[in-house]
Amino acid sequence: MTALTGTRRLARLVLRRDRIRLAIWVLGTPLLGYALAGSVAGIYPDEAARQGYATTSATSLVARAFNGPIAGTDLGAVVVAETYVTLALIVALLSTFAVTRHTRQNEETGRAELLGASVVGRYAPLTAALLVVVTANVVAAALLTFALLGAGLPLAGSVAAAGAVGGVGVAFTGVAAVTAQLSVTSRGANALAAAAVGLSFVLRAAGDVFGDTNAYSTRVESAWPSWLSPLGWGNQVRAFGGERWWVLALPVVLLLGGVTLAYALAERRDQGAGLLAPRRGPATAAARLLSPAGLAWRMQRGTLLGWAFGVAVLGLSMGVAGDEFNAMIDQNPAAAEAINAMGGGTNLIDAYLAAMLGLFALTIGAYVVQALLRVRGDEADGVLEAALATAVSRTRWLGTQVLAAALGAVALLLLAGLTTGLGYGLVTGDPLGQAIELGGAALLRLPALLVVAGVVTALFGLLPRWSVVLSWTALLVFLLLGQLGAVLELPQAALNISPYTHVPSVPAVDPTVLPLVVLAGVAAALLATGVAAFRHRDVPS
Amino acid sequence: MPVISIDNLVKTFGRIRALDGLDLRVEAGEVHGFLGPNGAGKSTAIRILLGLLRRDSGEARVFDADPWRDAVHLHRRLAYVPGDVSLWPNLSGGEAIDLLGELRGGLDKRRRDELLQRFDLDPTRSCRTYSKGNRQKVAIVAAFSSNVELYVLDEPTSGLDPLMEAVFQDEIRRIKQAGATVLLSSHVLAEVEALCDRVSIIREGRAVESGTLAELRHLTRTTVIVETARPTSGLDGLPGVHGVREVDGRTHLEVDPAHFDELLGQLIGFGVRALTSTPPTLEQLFLRHYGDEPVAADGHRPADAPRAGAR
Repeated sequence: MTALTGTRRLARLVLRRDRIRLAIWVLGTPLLGYALAGSVAGIYPDEAARQGYATTSATSLVARAFNGPIAGTDLGAVVVAETYVTLALIVALLSTFAVTRHTRQNEETGRAELLGASVVGRYAPLTAALLVVVTANVVAAALLTFALLGAGLPLAGSVAAAGAVGGVGVAFTGVAAVTAQLSVTSRGANALAAAAVGLSFVLRAAGDVFGDTNAYSTRVESAWPSWLSPLGWGNQVRAFGGERWWVLALPVVLLLGGVTLAYALAERRDQGAGLLAPRRGPATAAARLLSPAGLAWRMQRGTLLGWAFGVAVLGLSMGVAGDEFNAMIDQNPAAAEAINAMGGGTNLIDAYLAAMLGLFALTIGAYVVQALLRVRGDEADGVLEAALATAVSRTRWLGTQVLAAALGAVALLLLAGLTTGLGYGLVTGDPLGQAIELGGAALLRLPALLVVAGVVTALFGLLPRWSVVLSWTALLVFLLLGQLGAVLELPQAALNISPYTHVPSVPAVDPTVLPLVVLAGVAAALLATGVAAFRHRDVPS
Repeated sequence: MPVISIDNLVKTFGRIRALDGLDLRVEAGEVHGFLGPNGAGKSTAIRILLGLLRRDSGEARVFDADPWRDAVHLHRRLAYVPGDVSLWPNLSGGEAIDLLGELRGGLDKRRRDELLQRFDLDPTRSCRTYSKGNRQKVAIVAAFSSNVELYVLDEPTSGLDPLMEAVFQDEIRRIKQAGATVLLSSHVLAEVEALCDRVSIIREGRAVESGTLAELRHLTRTTVIVETARPTSGLDGLPGVHGVREVDGRTHLEVDPAHFDELLGQLIGFGVRALTSTPPTLEQLFLRHYGDEPVAADGHRPADAPRAGAR
């Protein structure tokens, strides 16, 4: 079969290019699963606690939409409810991005042309990418099985749960194989595949929300839309709740169907061409684009709108869930304690809302990092060189990017607070008052985000080559300190590393000014360092 | 006062000495060819002139100002076309042109439209879908529609087809006529020969030759092919004559221009029937400095190896 000639060599190339990414994926997801399973086991140690959790999960529409249908009161079922959607989304996106990276991106950059002119069959690049990605999913699932066993869960359920997660990755590998044929750009292919992930999340959420509960309200039977969703299939495996093994065949069927379709499309199209024509743009620029600020807004607006949508949906959901949370903590002191540790204060609902705002601030930190690291991306691409060869100073250029990221953070924080307050107010009364109060409380987190912006800027100025890795590492450290610090009882000195530690946990506690001023000062110092270093270094470097 | 003056410029990246005592002078109103093999340091020198890289030692002045300290001020007076043009992928070509022009301090809309037409560039396509040649056209159109005094062009035509190359050469002549100065780094020797008033050849971070094409030619041997009634002899011993050999009854040799007279005097004695004398092409000039062999103290490569185009 000459169409597959060279597949093995190309697969080795994929492994070589992605050896670090793949290692993080294959080892990271099981580790994350292990950590999450362990923390769930700590919060719901006995049958009574799990009974309460299962009842809440089965009766709460928000819990059903976000966590999927609960499969019973076994510890494993609770672990699945708490972790499955997160892990499934991660492997779904990792799989699609990996497929695109080794197919469409190669065509877009011209690497595929170079390879295609050598002794390489038509299907070889796609097949090599799929082989590696499917293998990564299988290996990660096998390791996840051991991780769940290690967390003390029974064998059959562990295999089923890990298989469910791996199955999602396999299913979206098939989806990405098709989207890589459709769009001319890797960005477009990723966007299409991510849209498919989003659609299957919505279908699953709808199916689970409209499902039926059993007589004891500890188990949910999903309605038919869940069966249309690869994310839903993982739930329908029913790990730890009477496994339905045959459902694990569905992702494989989708993969085979997707691959067949992708081969057929690849056969009919030219190298580098897609089935969707690229959109045209304006022949001349609008006046508002013609400045560093206008450009920054243009570059950020798509990302920002996506974030805004996600934040608004989550905010409303978390707010609405606040009322259900009241019911849940009555039944589970351990969960209440965990929330208290995160949010602080004595009033539990305020602690819950404060904890949610804290989570939003951490998440929006990822937006700030992503937005600011664009400057480094531009430098690596060579665009920064073209921009700095015009009459724009380095200070103005970088300052504009920082300002854009900071304004984006303000908008997202405000939106998070407003929607959370609105959601909570809608179920408890006084939506406007709650929205205003929580909107203000959310904005108090801004100084911590400015410190994040300062860290990225300083790294970009001082260690440009390492800025991407180190910036994300810094945010991850802040995240871990915030989420696990209190649970692991780390010393205060360690917790103090994170700027988020210093933000007053409003509305659980009263706001204080001093820490905010100090954080703003630290942020200003970091930003000044970054800009000064950028002004004195080579571009590109 | 030269527009660009570089003296003994040194720039190192770690252990690599990208520039190792470079000298370069570009006078106002001239088109200056900047030649050198890949990795010779051309782009490094250009980036120092743009204030993107910091020099380690030596002097670099543009319009008698420090390109590092006065970058923004200088950039209003110059336009740059990088060798490897990358653009904002989600802007259209037209938007990228307007943006680059505006950031530089404004562009001539009429010129822009005229150039788009001449370079046959579709400004509505997204920069992501442009080929290398089209990305280069975006940068060229943006540069040429700015009214500036200095154009810094780093291998601007490496992706253009011959038709577009002709348009490019027209445009260079136009901006030269308007009094602008051009620093043109290029591998297209025909382009340099057609456009440049003066040429600098750089190798391993150092200028090895600089001057007008006529001056450079004067320093280099002319190829002579002569057909004589009687076999020639004793030409080897003449001053400035090299590489004498018989091919199909004709004598091929190379001579330093300064010693042409002695050679002709000697040749007359053998009964000259036909004589062609070919001044060195730029390619020959260039290859002397491109080869692996070190250049001898007199500027000539030691071996008398025949060079491309010499036969």
